[in-house]
Amino acid sequence: MYSIPVNPQYVSSIIESERPDGLMLGFGGQTALNCGVKLEEAGILKKYGIKVLGTQVGGIKATEDRQLFKDSMIECKVPVLKSKTVYNFEQAKVVANDLGYPVIIRVAYTLGGKGGGVAHNEIELHEIVTRGLNASLVGQVLIEEYVGHWKQIEYEVMADYDGNNVIICNMENVLSMRVHTGDNIVVAPSQTLNNFEYQMLRTAALRAARHVGIVGECNIQFALDAESDKYVAIEMNPRLSRSSALASKATGYPIAYMAAKIGMGYRLPELVNRITKTTTACFEPSLDYIVCKHPRWDFGKFELANRNLGPTMKSVGEVMAVGRCFEESLQKAIRMLEIGNDGLVANRKEDAAYDIEDLENKLQKADDKILYHVAAAIRSGMSVERIYKLSAIDPWFIEKIENIVKMEGNLKESRLDERTLREAKILGFSDRQVGKLVGKEEAEVRKMRKDFGILPVVKRIDTLAAEWPAQTNYLYLTYGGTANDFEVGPSSEKIAVLGAGPYRIGSSVEFDWGTVNMVWGLKENGVKEVSVINCNPETVSTDYDICDRLYFEELTLERVLDIAEFEKLTGVVTAVGGQTANNLAPKLAKSGVKIIGTSFENIDRAENRSSFSKVLDELNIRQPPWQAFSKLSDAKKFALKVGYPVLVRPSYVLSGAAMKVVWSEGQLQKFLDEATNMSPDYPVVITKFMLNSLEAEVDGVSDGKNVVIGAVIEHIEGAGVHSGDSMMCIPPWSLSNKVIETILDYTNKIATAFAIKGPFNLQFLINSDQVYVIELNIRASRSMPFVSKFVRLNLIGLASGAVLGKELPKVPKDRWRKIHSYGIKVPQFSFMQLEGADIILGVEMQSTGEAACFGESFYDALAKGLMSAGYALPKEGSVLITAGGSENKEKLLQTAVLLKTLGYKILATEHTAEFLADKRIGDVQVVYKISEPQRKPNIADLLYERKIDFIINVPSTSTLEKYVGMLYDEYQIRRKAVELGIPVLITTELADSFAKTLEWLRQNETTKRPLESYEKIE
Amino acid sequence: MVRVTEIPTKKAKHVKKFGKLVLEDGTVFDGMGFGYSTTAFGEAVFNTGMAGYIEALTDPSYSGQILTLTYPLVGNYGVPDLLEKDQDGIPKNFESDRIQARGLVVHELSLTASHWDISMTLDEWLYREKIPGISGIDTRALTTKLRTNGVMMAALAVSEREIDELDLKKQLAASKKYNNEEFMEVVSVREPRVYGQENESIVVVDTGVKNAILRNIRQLGYKVIRVPWNYPIKEILSYNPKGVVLSNGPGDPLKCSKTMDTAKELIEKNIPTLGICLGAQILGLAGGATTYKLKYGHRGQNKSCIDLDNNKVYVTSQNHGYCIDPESLKKTDFKLWFSNTDDKTVEGIKHKQKKIIAVQFHPEASPGPYDCMFVFEELKKLIGEENAKR
Repeated sequence: MYSIPVNPQYVSSIIESERPDGLMLGFGGQTALNCGVKLEEAGILKKYGIKVLGTQVGGIKATEDRQLFKDSMIECKVPVLKSKTVYNFEQAKVVANDLGYPVIIRVAYTLGGKGGGVAHNEIELHEIVTRGLNASLVGQVLIEEYVGHWKQIEYEVMADYDGNNVIICNMENVLSMRVHTGDNIVVAPSQTLNNFEYQMLRTAALRAARHVGIVGECNIQFALDAESDKYVAIEMNPRLSRSSALASKATGYPIAYMAAKIGMGYRLPELVNRITKTTTACFEPSLDYIVCKHPRWDFGKFELANRNLGPTMKSVGEVMAVGRCFEESLQKAIRMLEIGNDGLVANRKEDAAYDIEDLENKLQKADDKILYHVAAAIRSGMSVERIYKLSAIDPWFIEKIENIVKMEGNLKESRLDERTLREAKILGFSDRQVGKLVGKEEAEVRKMRKDFGILPVVKRIDTLAAEWPAQTNYLYLTYGGTANDFEVGPSSEKIAVLGAGPYRIGSSVEFDWGTVNMVWGLKENGVKEVSVINCNPETVSTDYDICDRLYFEELTLERVLDIAEFEKLTGVVTAVGGQTANNLAPKLAKSGVKIIGTSFENIDRAENRSSFSKVLDELNIRQPPWQAFSKLSDAKKFALKVGYPVLVRPSYVLSGAAMKVVWSEGQLQKFLDEATNMSPDYPVVITKFMLNSLEAEVDGVSDGKNVVIGAVIEHIEGAGVHSGDSMMCIPPWSLSNKVIETILDYTNKIATAFAIKGPFNLQFLINSDQVYVIELNIRASRSMPFVSKFVRLNLIGLASGAVLGKELPKVPKDRWRKIHSYGIKVPQFSFMQLEGADIILGVEMQSTGEAACFGESFYDALAKGLMSAGYALPKEGSVLITAGGSENKEKLLQTAVLLKTLGYKILATEHTAEFLADKRIGDVQVVYKISEPQRKPNIADLLYERKIDFIINVPSTSTLEKYVGMLYDEYQIRRKAVELGIPVLITTELADSFAKTLEWLRQNETTKRPLESYEKIE
Repeated sequence: MVRVTEIPTKKAKHVKKFGKLVLEDGTVFDGMGFGYSTTAFGEAVFNTGMAGYIEALTDPSYSGQILTLTYPLVGNYGVPDLLEKDQDGIPKNFESDRIQARGLVVHELSLTASHWDISMTLDEWLYREKIPGISGIDTRALTTKLRTNGVMMAALAVSEREIDELDLKKQLAASKKYNNEEFMEVVSVREPRVYGQENESIVVVDTGVKNAILRNIRQLGYKVIRVPWNYPIKEILSYNPKGVVLSNGPGDPLKCSKTMDTAKELIEKNIPTLGICLGAQILGLAGGATTYKLKYGHRGQNKSCIDLDNNKVYVTSQNHGYCIDPESLKKTDFKLWFSNTDDKTVEGIKHKQKKIIAVQFHPEASPGPYDCMFVFEELKKLIGEENAKR
């Protein structure tokens, strides 16, 4: 196991040292696939005699290259979209007439798909083609048949070397072809296709897969006309994808596992269905439920991002809900998203009223609220037919949404009789939703419901609709049934571990790692039966073979209580599922569910800012000045007293935004108005934000008396950049021993003061060598897998004993300090996909992933980390430097000197160039702003012409500009660079480390060592 | 944006009635009745296909049975035009000219249906064909019961008024058992029918043939002569057919003794013959094998069968309650051709010397996968060999 960048350079060096016999390319997404193709093209595979296991490179190319794909589909008689490249309007007109309107115009080589569009007639065609030809760097546009309103249907194919092949699952996208499947609401199986259509596409999928030589798994996407049986193949993915993960969870068929076996040469019929354990894997799962996948978007975190959904994927995660009708699955899915909504209707924020024209526009242009707009349209009396015409959502789905809207109306008028309540539950209404509509509390509705005997039933997901006995532990709850599939036995100890829900900004695979390791740890500690509750199809914790029973379910109070009652649980572990699970702890405890691990009183004491602060005072531990407020005027006074900027933390958040740095009074008012309901019950905590501080954190485990320090981690960026967006280093790279000792001392005191039993994470600010505590999380943190891998100590493994009340084993003191290597974690951003989003980092987290690399030195680790996160490290070339404010310019001086010495050509905007010239850095080329295109040389041209290799762009005081009023020009530079894939370094620290890494690489080579396994501590 | 024209949508009309399903073992399911208000008695069976209720309901093999669909959402795409026929006059969208199942059991009937080729809703169709349906019951619980205890007789009552459970149970006890029913007179044609005008023909012995079988043979390029189940061999041979197909159909193969006589002659005379489903069982019996009733049958579209000649595995469409005993095959001149990969039941046989082949699954699909269309080509090959010999 190597933690290194997946690129041809690194992989070939591993091939050279390991000399593997085979290579699997289909399991690491597009990155692995691209890397494999390049290795083959470079002759590496041939040189070392390595077999590609699974689909061969030829097959991969036949699906990846646009033209090759179309050619091979035509060869096997699978229709594709007709298209043609043109260079002027006259040609475009001929092609469009040939194809028939509407046509879609795609502009070649432009930024972010700009300039393209759909033309319904010659006038529109003229406008779009003219615009597109101007925008295209090569003066060409592609005219293609447009099928936006067609159905988007996908099939997942499994095939072996012998040509046996089956379909695991088909899926239908609710938002038609208009929206990328990653951003689409998807159901499985398809709902609106009849047998003929289903089988026609199924056969085409198998034919296409066979023709290109798929071995293992592939996904194929079709567009199917909603008004005839015409269809076309859109694309094929010859690898495991997000869709195949979804198909696996939707059916219970372990696609990746089977694909790996097939890659090794097994034949499909030789493999056994892992759920029934008796039937063959060479079959097609039959579902007796409907699955709904819903994407999770985090547009709220990106102020300028365009929320419209289209051909580019913008979501950061997804959930999957299982139900016995569409209404139930959809409403479950919406709750699973954890965006503060209880379902499609009856949410906290009153559903906005729209005028008809506004609604029609919103239906035509889907954004993240599209289904709410459909509901609003139904409420306004718009016909299903009209909604279909505008939105291209199949009437069947609209009718089902209408059922939900009707039930909303019924409930409002009802006095909640048994029948209405039962019907509402069947349609997926939560107790809280029902309560809101009838004016009752959630708990009241729950009680009434149970008195009526309205309970959900537990059903198995068994791949074959109950046809064969299957002792599967893969479960969901539904109101669409009258009998449980089984009853749990009277085992002495039954614990459920709560997962983390959908991936989102701030919560990703690290919590999944925590959940899985906790389950394994509990089993090792002798717990009889361990269940998992989670709803994210992309995770390992939702693999049914990880635990004793898997509930693919909502992480809501209602559902966890349902499961606790069905299971008769001993208790629930909430410490590894991130904020989601943690937030449920007090509610569960109050409802009588035992929290396994740190007591909920202590969790509450740490979460409540006042009591937490009191404990710190008693322990003589410093913290930045803060206060809690329930009135805006008091908040303003305090902020003025301590001085802006201040950090604002609402305790009750409507959506997304958890905390924010605020720079002015106007901004404070705006944020509090929009993000929170400030009240005595939900106070807002305001903390002085200390500029120019360092940030560090500790990941550890405690049993209440003993504390195991995982490691002290130092951030590379200064405080103010969210810890999730910051690069981190173990060991601390700049902290003094005295500071580290203080941090360790504080950690021990705090962990014991809160009687922590399990994992925790403590965050510190260091300002002028003083250590301040800023936050305590009594739960697993994002950095825990990174720390665990670095110190070779599974912290969650240790925590699993601690939560059960066992004493921690003796871990040598300061173990982490005795490891003489470096570990660096680099965040991964997806700004590219988010049209318009700015890349300036702030207190709200924006990264969507991370890479961690280890090395013998700081730069060894950093070089690999940067490359893994997608930064190119150019050996030569040009750097554009633009810095706001004299302080930043001063800070960047050393970096500029270093880059100059290393031979990079320096370009700078006027002021920065002037500054550099003053400091006697010669030969700096002045370049002009994008907003002044007439002045040459212009940054825009240089970016297009790839004459800039990387950019150092540090706005004055980093976060200030973003909030007070961003400099549009700087934004443009960053945005364009992101779209062109040019690295942009936006903090002085990052620029400095980047330059030093380039210097280091001149003399050194990065190490390539495998990761070592965890040490067993007895 | 594109101007989308229209997908017709229709609303259910014959719904919200009283509905009750009673099983032979006394189990009662209450639900919403739909379709025609009547009481039907039949063998309760389940099918695990996720689409294809139109094809299933019109499959004559479901004669005498109350069909449960395990996929919970049914009726989504309605029912297409009943009158639409292909150039041979065979209904385009249906497997026979009426609903053959005695009743339909679903978890949720879609109260609106939409599809570009819809002509009516499912409840409307059931109503017109005088078939009762029930919705809103836990079909997974029902399926589990049938799987565990085996298929059993059931009564399905749909009414405008409340249904008397005791009375229904009594009626069920008194009703004729599936095993004792005679289906051939109900499902077979009375007179021969001819499709196409080619010189070369294939005779289909109709023991409840699905239209898809006729369509597939037509596609091979032969005239199809469809004859009654008990048509004498002499008459069949008078057409001078290139080959014969023994079709699918309902019930116990032992009840088709006249077809079995035909089958014996076909084997004897070495006429290229393909048996499908019931036809396969009849050929097996004719060759000396025995058949038995499965506990809960094979009904679905995801059944994998292995071709023992080349070890290839195919996903097949199935609908059968009886099958050939593999042990009994050993003393006959038949060898195993296809075997079910899951329970190793007989899925296809081949005569060791004669041009006789048979499959237990449905190569004609409809509903289900098209993967085994090649079986019809196998018949054509047998005919080719026969021609070559002449």
